[in-house]
Amino acid sequence: MQAFEYIAARTVPEAVALLDEKGEKARILAGGTDLIVQVREARRDVDWMIDIKAIPEVNVLAYDAEAGLTLGAAVPCYQIYAEADICDAYPGIIDATKIIGGTAIQGRAGVGGNLCNASPAADCIPPLIVLNATCVIAGPNGERDIPVEAFCTSPGQTALEKGEMLVALKIPAPQNNSSSFYLRFIPRNEMDIAVVGAGASVTLDDAKQTIVSARIALAAVAPTPLFAEEASALLAGRELSDEAIDAAAQAAQAIARPISDMRGTAEQRTHLVGVLTRRALNGAIQRVLDA
Amino acid sequence: MSEKKEYKVIGTRPIRHDGVDKVTGRALYGADFQIAGLLHGRVLRSPHAHARIVSIDTSRAEAYPGVKGIVTAQDLPDPADKVADLGEGAVNLKYLCDNILARDKVLYKGHAVAAVAATSPHIAEEACTLIDVAYEVLPPVLEVRQAMEPDAPLLHENLKTTSLGETADEPSNVASHLQYKKGAPEKGFAEADVVIEREFVTGTVHQGYIEPHNATALYNPDGHLTIWCSTQGAFTVREQVAEILQYPISKIKVVPMEIGGGFGGKISVYIKPVAALLAMKTGKPVKVLMNRTDVFEGTGPTPASYIRVKMGATKAGKVTAAEAYLAFEAGAYPGSPVGPGAMCIFAPYNIENVLIDGYDVVVNKPKTAPYRAPGATNAAFGSETILDELAERLEIDPLEIRLMNGAKEGDRRADGPIYPRIGYIETVEAAKQHPHYAAPNGKKHHGRGVASGFWFNIGLESSVTINVNVDGTINLVEGSTDIGGTRASIAMQAAEVLGIPAESVNPSVVDTNSVGYTAVTGGSRTTYATGYAAYEAAQDVKRQMIARAAKLWEVDEANVQFADGEFSCINGKEEQISFRDLCARLGETGGPVVGSGTVNPGGAGGAFATHVVDVEVDEETGKVEILRYTATQDAGKAIHPSYVEGQIQGGVVQGIGWALNEEYIYDAEGTMTNASFLDYRMPTCLDLPMIDTVIVEVPNPGHPYGVRGVGEVPIIPPPAAIANAIYDAVGIRMTELPMSPERLLKAIGTI
Amino acid sequence: MAIKSHVQTTINGETVEFLCESRQSLLEVLRDELHLTGAKEGCNNGNCGACSVILDGRLVNSCLVLGVETEGKSVETIEGLAAPDKLHPIQDAFLENAALQCGICTPGFIMSTKALLDSNPNPTEHEIRYWLAGNLCRCTGYDKIVRAVQDAAKASA
Repeated sequence: MQAFEYIAARTVPEAVALLDEKGEKARILAGGTDLIVQVREARRDVDWMIDIKAIPEVNVLAYDAEAGLTLGAAVPCYQIYAEADICDAYPGIIDATKIIGGTAIQGRAGVGGNLCNASPAADCIPPLIVLNATCVIAGPNGERDIPVEAFCTSPGQTALEKGEMLVALKIPAPQNNSSSFYLRFIPRNEMDIAVVGAGASVTLDDAKQTIVSARIALAAVAPTPLFAEEASALLAGRELSDEAIDAAAQAAQAIARPISDMRGTAEQRTHLVGVLTRRALNGAIQRVLDA
Repeated sequence: MSEKKEYKVIGTRPIRHDGVDKVTGRALYGADFQIAGLLHGRVLRSPHAHARIVSIDTSRAEAYPGVKGIVTAQDLPDPADKVADLGEGAVNLKYLCDNILARDKVLYKGHAVAAVAATSPHIAEEACTLIDVAYEVLPPVLEVRQAMEPDAPLLHENLKTTSLGETADEPSNVASHLQYKKGAPEKGFAEADVVIEREFVTGTVHQGYIEPHNATALYNPDGHLTIWCSTQGAFTVREQVAEILQYPISKIKVVPMEIGGGFGGKISVYIKPVAALLAMKTGKPVKVLMNRTDVFEGTGPTPASYIRVKMGATKAGKVTAAEAYLAFEAGAYPGSPVGPGAMCIFAPYNIENVLIDGYDVVVNKPKTAPYRAPGATNAAFGSETILDELAERLEIDPLEIRLMNGAKEGDRRADGPIYPRIGYIETVEAAKQHPHYAAPNGKKHHGRGVASGFWFNIGLESSVTINVNVDGTINLVEGSTDIGGTRASIAMQAAEVLGIPAESVNPSVVDTNSVGYTAVTGGSRTTYATGYAAYEAAQDVKRQMIARAAKLWEVDEANVQFADGEFSCINGKEEQISFRDLCARLGETGGPVVGSGTVNPGGAGGAFATHVVDVEVDEETGKVEILRYTATQDAGKAIHPSYVEGQIQGGVVQGIGWALNEEYIYDAEGTMTNASFLDYRMPTCLDLPMIDTVIVEVPNPGHPYGVRGVGEVPIIPPPAAIANAIYDAVGIRMTELPMSPERLLKAIGTI
Repeated sequence: MAIKSHVQTTINGETVEFLCESRQSLLEVLRDELHLTGAKEGCNNGNCGACSVILDGRLVNSCLVLGVETEGKSVETIEGLAAPDKLHPIQDAFLENAALQCGICTPGFIMSTKALLDSNPNPTEHEIRYWLAGNLCRCTGYDKIVRAVQDAAKASA
């Protein structure tokens, strides 16, 4: 493992200044479960690790039924799923946080880090997309917000500019009669990287018979996690039916551009997009119906 | 021997003697060894699967601060073409040496090329990147059938096929061809009403022990070399290192540390000679550790294979003939377990007409190593699937067809041996009578499958000494590495002889200077053979103690008897003394008592197993869930039933991993793309149900307590049993391992 | 030569000081600097759980924590579990159930089990299997491990 310098930043401006000064060879260290492995395996060249876990803003975990959720960039998974009201409001996020790595990984890894690692297969990103999450980014020129679906630009690369860091994610409060769901396909039951992941959110009418709106997002089928915009739009205004869901699943399959690798083949992945999209939508709908 | 013998210690479940050390983190494994002045070694490995080494320049690495020494194949003695006998058959010494550090060619990605000793592991790793190796890259051949093609790239210019005793003229990747024949196969197939033939392919799989290989070596100016390491056999490490370094055995001491799993993969040496070379070069102790990727890429997995099986049976279910063609990937150097695979494939059955051909073929992958019943799992995947299909076609229950054809005492295996008393039929009966087999199994996409397996088990040499303590306890000294509770199972056999509790035995696994020669912990031999040696050593103690009692009572030894831990006088005098009380009087009766036992027993009893599995198949994703698993097995006599169950459960789960997900995945250049525990998918506990076990006890006539080896056979049936269950669930015959979700989707026709 | 930092932390209730390079993981510090070799390296990338320790009350893979990150924190390792004259009930349960064969994964499993039972004293079989999925065992097939955890839960109840 290459030698590097470890710096524990105390404030956002301090971390931003360090990132700006050190440039490309500086990386933010939060949970470290991806970064440490990447540096150890010489897959990332890092001279400075800037630990942000002592910065108050990145540790915020605040939910309000009106304002929604503020999720600090360094909050580990286990803290998120320990909060009952967050579990109720955003079950899709919870689905993802409970399957990232094993229990010990979840003790360190967080949603923010999962996003910044920008893996096409990241489990947290589809649920963030379907829940309309926004990234709060701090940089040398102050703060800016961008939607999660615009954050990842290619495998391992993000929209963060020089000196910028993710501070938090903001997720709007859930609407009435809405819920979310995330699942992935893996050959084992835990500890694998998604062969395909699918997240869905749905809002139903008061009679719980018609889909008011829906969002679908996919992982591991393109260089970045995808928002399946057309597939999502197809569902708006449709009555609950297998046909509606099948149509959305087919539209989702149409945007998948998977590769073949040791985790799965392109044709397997394309097929699974259909299966998982259906299961994610049905899972989210069932949660509304059960509520 | 009576089958209903009453024992006091054998068959009980005492706490293992090394247990407290192992649950408190105090047990010292190979990598835990510390010594003052320690340097850290790291091996540079080939990035190519097949290449000629043009040059190696270590000058930049040597100049790196903290580097203390670098070795390459030039530091090894030239092995020429010597053949070494390492107790497991003859081994070409050049192959052995070239696998330690490549001399002319690298033959697989991960092949060791050089090694660095430095003041920290990080510096050693950095220095490896500063070694400049020039390669002439050659095309690799990565699959057994391709390697057998006449125009395939050749790994070894001098390797010529040995076929049934004849050596070919032209070089080839086919190292050898063997054949077993019994009866008249053509006649047998002519008598059959149903004949089924299929091809099977199995992937390369790794033992997957959790502890990576490790070695610390220290070289003293007087020429004494000490190696601390985890290994399945300290003596075989000593032999291999002596051969590779051309160094006298008497100057090598191997200290076996605790071992974190082996399953056959920690018999061959890899970094032990390298650590020794670095220690000799630097004059300092050097610890060399592998990381997980090194383990996958640089140590022996068990082979991928191509198998063709043909079996025929009459309408009544009698199997009349069987044929098998087995082509196994040896990896970079000859020596796949195709032999044992060929011997085991039809072994559970008494079939009159059999023809088996086996081919050992080199490919550009790591040299394969044993893995739990090596060769037999590959083979049984074919034969046990075909037998299931025969049963289905003939509308006979799959356990019934096994009972009808099952091998018994006096039957002859295709490769020659005639079975002594064996317990195959009993395992099938036990499976048939188990509530699992009677449980309903009608749900959609649920299926049930069965399969059986056979493994020889081996004997080989073992030595034990027993030192008697004045307080009635004994110290038992052995040379068998304890990988799964054998301190207990060996100690219990000595305790039984001496009528003392298992807890009154203090077993120690010691170094090669401190105990008689003992072969590897492998071949399911340890509880059998080292247990046998412990039995003999305890008998020796008993004889000596009887003499002491006789001396004490001034009677003839013939008048002293020993039963239930008490010595008594059977003629004239009313004398009685417990083992414990007599121990306190050793000083006055002639001094300490030390017993010894050495064995090389020929009576290792074969083990059979029959498994039943229920699966659920997700037809949309191709994923198979194991719902219920029951394994029956003949253990001969279970010394410590908990650890026998544990061996069965562990073997089953390795078999499940092999069946469903485990395989080396290669790209076209010969790089393994899943060389981590993330992507080489071994079962986690969330992937499994409880594993039910039924221990059948048909005593082995070749052991005083009837012990049969238990460790290996349980890995054999799972892939075939699961394949048969998948067929029952979705009507598809899977013929390729692993039966991964993607392969299942393809077979179903979904993708 | 990489620069070393001074770190003060609490390990098994004792204040400990050590020097380490930034690139040294907590696992390396425990094993190589402090000679607490109970935590094992099986994969060094968070996939086997053999290095599991408890950091500020939370189960982590010590191979994925930098030694320097533990400044001011509290670490529990397998070495701190047993009392001088008495094993922890989880340790007893592992022995009584023969829940180990080679034993290399055992310290990790025991620490993982401790973290489980601390947060969920009465887990179902599924909860046990889910929680322990990050700990690989290649010897036992997990059956006896799961039973040991069930027994340890009962013993602690």
